[in-house]
Amino acid sequence: MNSNNHHTDTQPTTSATLEVKDLHKRYGQIEVLKGISLTARDGDVISIIGSSGSGKSTFLRCLNLLENPSKGSITLRGESLDLVSNSKGELEARKRHQLERMRARIGFVFQNFNLWPHMTILDNIMLAPTLVKGASKKDSKERAMQLLEKVGLADKAKYYPGNLSGGQQQRIAIARTLAMDPEVLLFDEPTSALDPELVNEVLGVMQGLAEEGRTMLIVTHEMRFARDVSSQVMFLHQGKVEEFGPPSQVFTNPTSERCREFLSSHL
Amino acid sequence: MDLHGFGHLLLAGTWITLKLAFTSLFFGLILGLIGAAAKLSPIRALRWIATTYTTLIRGIPELLLVLIIYFGTTEILLRLFDKYIEISAFAAGVTALSIAFGAYATEVFRSALQEIPKGQRESAMAMGLNRWQTFTRILMPQLWRIAIPGLGNLFLVLLKDTALVSVIGLDDLMRQAYVAAGFTKLPFTFYLAAAFIYLLLTIIFMQAIRFMEIRANRPWQGAR
Repeated sequence: MNSNNHHTDTQPTTSATLEVKDLHKRYGQIEVLKGISLTARDGDVISIIGSSGSGKSTFLRCLNLLENPSKGSITLRGESLDLVSNSKGELEARKRHQLERMRARIGFVFQNFNLWPHMTILDNIMLAPTLVKGASKKDSKERAMQLLEKVGLADKAKYYPGNLSGGQQQRIAIARTLAMDPEVLLFDEPTSALDPELVNEVLGVMQGLAEEGRTMLIVTHEMRFARDVSSQVMFLHQGKVEEFGPPSQVFTNPTSERCREFLSSHL
Repeated sequence: MDLHGFGHLLLAGTWITLKLAFTSLFFGLILGLIGAAAKLSPIRALRWIATTYTTLIRGIPELLLVLIIYFGTTEILLRLFDKYIEISAFAAGVTALSIAFGAYATEVFRSALQEIPKGQRESAMAMGLNRWQTFTRILMPQLWRIAIPGLGNLFLVLLKDTALVSVIGLDDLMRQAYVAAGFTKLPFTFYLAAAFIYLLLTIIFMQAIRFMEIRANRPWQGAR
């Protein structure tokens, strides 16, 4: 099980769960991330907000190298990802094996769920634990059923993803990610592809995870959720951190003019 | 239909035709997968090789390919070892048909691979699956589903292209019909019999392909 089921305020830890330093990302001539640093400690729930094009999704995708950053460092519980420059001037993992190991410890939830349509819900959840962690079929199945129970979809184990609604698919995707017992969870606009009436069922599951003390980074447009659930909020503008702090400060008393403008049009 | 005792020869020919078709299918599928991977590779040299392969092969009639490989190989062996080595017509036929099938299959696999959403690969890698696991567990099963109709079509063409190998003396269905027709002076009877067998095989394989399509689509049944 996780060792991170507690809040920092009740039990402070010295080492960060996830530490990102001076992350840059450029696409050709355009620099979309201009040096972003972030420290997430156990139990932190950090919402990343900003207008489209601010680089917030790119930032999240760089953390497990779905996008290759051009500069910076990523450290998970003291273990730094070993990065090396490739011919395109991007950083990539020196050892694929280390990258795969780190990815297994970082959960990622996509905007479009990305469940595997040729497998049942149960198989979707069981695949990575058995394949990557070498867990037994029996244990993985037990764990998968527990997680399905948790997201309220135990009756859908034998269904295929195509038979479920978007909200259900996203809850399954969260269960699939949790099955790996990740040390940190990254959510990339998890409700943006959903019909409005399905948003709350997903936010409800995420709120439950936050209350359990999971460490989470959430790129989101749901301002109310960010305000009520996060421990910190990061506002990105044109690839830079414009505002960072607890939601009480960022939402009620932002120091940056841009953040003020953004919030006034999004709340 | 009276086959004047040549019936068993036609059957033996049918067996060779089937062996030729399935062996070529096997190697052709492998070539097609490699070709598609090369065409989508970030390495320019690989893309260039794959494009040259598909352009060249698709630009040459299959019959010519069979002749070039059969006679070309003997000529090369003659120069290398300074003596005449006869190569088997079956091996030459499999080589030619596999290369031809592979070129067309490359295109089928390439477009199928591009049809799979990028997120499928990304979610697999984000869970910590390595490239091989991602390919075999996530991409291949979906690739297969998209590619079956195209590959099925190519296989039906391949089945009949095996007749081309009769020109280099392989005793396939086509050649047996030709021999029997010449011997009995009853060309219509034997060519019709051969045509009937090709047609029957085609119908059987069309059903098999349809069955595979339905099976592969099962997870998508009733999807919203």
